[in-house]
Amino acid sequence: MLTSKWVQLAVLAVLIAALPLLFPSGYYYRIGALIFVNALAVTGLVILVGWAGQISLGHAGFAGIGAYACALAPEHLGLHPVVAIVLGMVISAGLAALIGKPILRLKGYYLGVATLGFGILVTMVLTNERIWTGGPDGMSVAKLGLRELLRDMGVRVSGGVFWYWACGIVLLIGAWLALNLYNSATGRALRALHGSEVAASTIGIDVPRLKLQAFVISAVYASVAGSLLALQNGFITPDVAGFMHSIEIVTMAVLGGVGSVVGAILGAVILTLLPQVLTVFAEYEQLVLGAVMILVMIFLPRGLLPSIAARLKRKP
Amino acid sequence: MTLLHIEGLGINFGGLKAVDNVSFAAAAGQVTSVIGPNGAGKTTLFNMISGVYTPGSGRVALDGDNVTGIHPSQLARRGLSRTFQNLQIFQDMSVLDNALAGFHLSERGSVWGDMLSLPAARRRARDARDGAMKLLKRVRLDDLASEVAGNLSYGQLKRLEIARALGVGPRVLLLDEPAAGCNAVETEEIDTLIAELAASGIAVLLVEHDMKLVMRISHHVVVLDHGQMIAEGDPESVSQNPEVIKAYLGTEAVDNVAG
Ligand SMILES: Nc1ncnc2c1ncn2[C@@H]1O[C@H](COP(=O)(O)OP(=O)(O)O)[C@@H](O)[C@H]1O
Ligand SMILES: [Mg+2]
Repeated sequence: MLTSKWVQLAVLAVLIAALPLLFPSGYYYRIGALIFVNALAVTGLVILVGWAGQISLGHAGFAGIGAYACALAPEHLGLHPVVAIVLGMVISAGLAALIGKPILRLKGYYLGVATLGFGILVTMVLTNERIWTGGPDGMSVAKLGLRELLRDMGVRVSGGVFWYWACGIVLLIGAWLALNLYNSATGRALRALHGSEVAASTIGIDVPRLKLQAFVISAVYASVAGSLLALQNGFITPDVAGFMHSIEIVTMAVLGGVGSVVGAILGAVILTLLPQVLTVFAEYEQLVLGAVMILVMIFLPRGLLPSIAARLKRKP
Repeated sequence: MTLLHIEGLGINFGGLKAVDNVSFAAAAGQVTSVIGPNGAGKTTLFNMISGVYTPGSGRVALDGDNVTGIHPSQLARRGLSRTFQNLQIFQDMSVLDNALAGFHLSERGSVWGDMLSLPAARRRARDARDGAMKLLKRVRLDDLASEVAGNLSYGQLKRLEIARALGVGPRVLLLDEPAAGCNAVETEEIDTLIAELAASGIAVLLVEHDMKLVMRISHHVVVLDHGQMIAEGDPESVSQNPEVIKAYLGTEAVDNVAG
């Protein structure tokens, strides 16, 4: 298991480092960065949905908080964008702890609906508080400033290239933290309560507390993803917190294999690339998402990666 | 030394008195068996003692402390763990991870330590792993440590549940039909294991249908029928009790009790 963690991280690092060699144009750095941001949010969902077995259909709400923290805090509080990212993480964690306590008592569909409600609530606030957020038209986001710092040090990189590496590194860190968690007492307890809550509690696992921890951790992942998205785009609209975005990241997780970090990243790669590569799909994105979800549920209920792994294992 | 005191314990399920006014005590280092026909209320009794159900009436005391209605995770902290008649295995986890989960209380630290894989967390994980492997060896599942639990046979899963419950380091251990579905050899092994556990000072509470096993290893037997406690005593006297023989009449166990 220990080796498997490092193998997974090494593969991920090599892919991130080598992929640019295949890029036909600078535009692809942007897509790469977008993939990494999505993969980060999906990694958080792997912890919550894949391991702890708790659904969230409103996780984009936390991405929205992270994104708007980076848009609002530098402008109104004069905070550095890096500090704004941390502020977003803290607010998301606090809010997740606050709402998680009552709603994580719910199970299955009920939890799905409650988290859905949370996501909608965040979107509504972002849309309605025009004075602060610019409403549905969105607002611009101040620059991170790191690229300018690099330029002063004599390193010139384009925005696309910078964000590719920045998001790639954050994803690697996120994956490392998640893989550490998987094989720790906490990660094992999460997977245990997913298997049987009653058995988990009889071996001393504080089930409500652990569910809440998973919810908070995954909220922070989504928040950082939202912050990175806002900063690299330089512009943000309430869509970042919207229902479609929530569904998107859940679909990515389920497609790749909701139990595995590498699977989740694979799901993010496929579903981020699909609309880009096949531009015809761009208009039918929601249709494609729905179709993918249905097909995966029918043919690969455990997700792409676990199904492929199982098939490879069966062959001698 | 009595560790566990049950006093007048009872619970109703919509008018059905599943368990009614049951009182007995279980001592450290002894096997206390609860027997009775199907539906007598044995599992329900275990569920109340282990905090899975809140008793409708009565009292459970552990080491002199009133622990009635306390949550199972709190009871585990006080040294009470159990296995389940209908298996509650973490099916998708490896055999080793199932056993490791039993060490949760001794292994857990801060979430930060776990996510950053700090040295203290790694050290605790290593200790838990050593402990889990020892327990797996004890129930002869060490060869299957990396297997997914869902692939194991019924008898193997029964033993895995015992290993997981032992990870808690219990002073009181509740075993609900540990030998059900096991062949003669496996039953023999479980028999030996239970005797060893009791000899090591654990208060073992046993529900078991295999009367030969019960009579062989129990120090004390409690008999339930329709939720009522109809007899209590050493195996010898209980097996000759006319009330007990009547309760078992018409069931296959009667031969075992009589013989
Ligand atoms: N959760 C429950 N809800 C309703 N009835 C129950 C429940 N659990 C057990 N019972 C009933 O209580 C009685 C005792 O069941 P149980 O404790 O499982 O018996 P045993 O373990 O001795 O076979 C049975 O009639 C059973 O149907
Ligand atoms: Mg039973």
